[in-house]
Amino acid sequence: MLRGLWRLTWLEIKIFLREPLGAIGSVIVPVVLYVVLGRVMGRGATLDPVASEFMRVGVPVLVAVTIGLSAVLSLITIISIYRESGILKRLRATPLRPWTILTAHVLVKLIFTAATVSLMMLAGRRYYPADLDIPVVSFTLALLICTFSIMSIGFVIASVVPTARFAQPIAGAIFYPMIGLSGLFFPIALMPAGLQAVTRILPVTHAVSLLRGILQGNAWSAHVTDLAALAVVFVVCTALSARIFRWE
Amino acid sequence: MSEAVVRVTGFRKTYGSVVAVDEISFDVRDGEIFGLIGPNGAGKTTTLECVEGFRTPDRGTISVLGLDPFRDAYKLQARIGVQLQQAQLQKRIKVWEAVHLWAALYRRETADGERLLEQLGLADKRNAWFMTLSGGQKQRLFIVLALINDPELVFLDELTTGLDPQARRAIWDLVRGIRERGKTVFLTTHLMEEAERLCDRVAIIERGRLVDIDAPEALVRRHCPQRTVILTTDDAAAETRFGAIPRVEAVVRQGSRYTIRGHGDDFVTAVIRCLSEANISVDDFRTVHPTLEDVFLQLTGHSIRD
Repeated sequence: MLRGLWRLTWLEIKIFLREPLGAIGSVIVPVVLYVVLGRVMGRGATLDPVASEFMRVGVPVLVAVTIGLSAVLSLITIISIYRESGILKRLRATPLRPWTILTAHVLVKLIFTAATVSLMMLAGRRYYPADLDIPVVSFTLALLICTFSIMSIGFVIASVVPTARFAQPIAGAIFYPMIGLSGLFFPIALMPAGLQAVTRILPVTHAVSLLRGILQGNAWSAHVTDLAALAVVFVVCTALSARIFRWE
Repeated sequence: MSEAVVRVTGFRKTYGSVVAVDEISFDVRDGEIFGLIGPNGAGKTTTLECVEGFRTPDRGTISVLGLDPFRDAYKLQARIGVQLQQAQLQKRIKVWEAVHLWAALYRRETADGERLLEQLGLADKRNAWFMTLSGGQKQRLFIVLALINDPELVFLDELTTGLDPQARRAIWDLVRGIRERGKTVFLTTHLMEEAERLCDRVAIIERGRLVDIDAPEALVRRHCPQRTVILTTDDAAAETRFGAIPRVEAVVRQGSRYTIRGHGDDFVTAVIRCLSEANISVDDFRTVHPTLEDVFLQLTGHSIRD
């Protein structure tokens, strides 16, 4: 079955590149935006400690979450288009399993996300303060863990959402509040106690906390709760979507 | 004597309070082209999808190649080929890529994709995107995909719907070709002409019930024994002579043209005998044979197109 997975993944990459705006929208636009923003804001970074902290931790986490989110949204959209147009129905009449289809699309998204992030890092290097050291390997690993966990929530939505027209609003209604409450834009410590409790059960909060901590140089052991939360979300959502996956 | 490849017994399926299929039983035999025919909404696709393992029956049992199609779905899918009604592929997938992908999905030795493309007249389209293909080309590609795993049993659901007559005929030849290769074909259609020309046996279903099942000719013989002979002659004595033919039911004259209706297999022979005995010379002579369309009308009281 692995042969089918690789071939489907490779094929989906090619098909994605044939889409009008496929590669441009998902890779080139974010990189160009990043470079432009870096040019505008990067100059004073070494002088101002607040700006420096923002460049070192804030920007990468924001970028990572944004790219991750757009990958999840596009996964949900693609699967719903496949369901709506009958592609899934046709694939069902083969020995192909649902997880193979989802995995292939996740791989495609990961490959394009990795390409985008790598290009950003290359292009953004000269706007960063020279003494900045990013724990690249740890951050990549943390990013992968977060992506799989958030992606698994996407699986659940993608497994049932009936048409492409509903896919974006439903996914948005689920993900945007999570991001709003994740501490990315507003410090959790300043929220009311009830809301703070809510943020703690949202997976995106743990993703942001993990990414931020790793960038700040924290040890993995300092983020056991985040890792456990993300793992639980992944296991539960993957199992759930395997059960409720609808072909048509 | 050929064994049953598909065996459906007492099959019933409801959607909510609507009974889609009610107590249907039939066999599909090895090596035949079997047609499930009936108007849209009669329960053809429901039956087919349960046999293919996409849905479960509410009651009754279905066995396909000795397997339970729902429980053993993955095992079964390796051995069958399926062409679905209204299926699509990725818009920008190329023809050869689809064939290549499908070939990778099966464990067992697959058929030669390039040869199949050639046989189905798609060789010059192998680099075309799916979205650029015509309706007939898409159908032919789906037939290629249904045959790629060299299946023992092929399901074709409303194969030629929406195709022009020329493309339809070409597809019929292809389906006969599948049978020549020793495979069993199970198809559904609402086109009586298609069923009559293509199928070795047909099951007529209407409103979820099986009305009758047999070879098309046998169904015609059983339900529509009427025969009609149309001929032209200037013989003045012809009309009274025709009226005396055994089992004649009506003789209608329009000028020199006679329409003679009767029933029974030997009615046409009786007309010919009458002509030769009375020495009537005819200008034109043809027989009108009832078709499956007439059988359908007879059995259900309405035309399939209603």
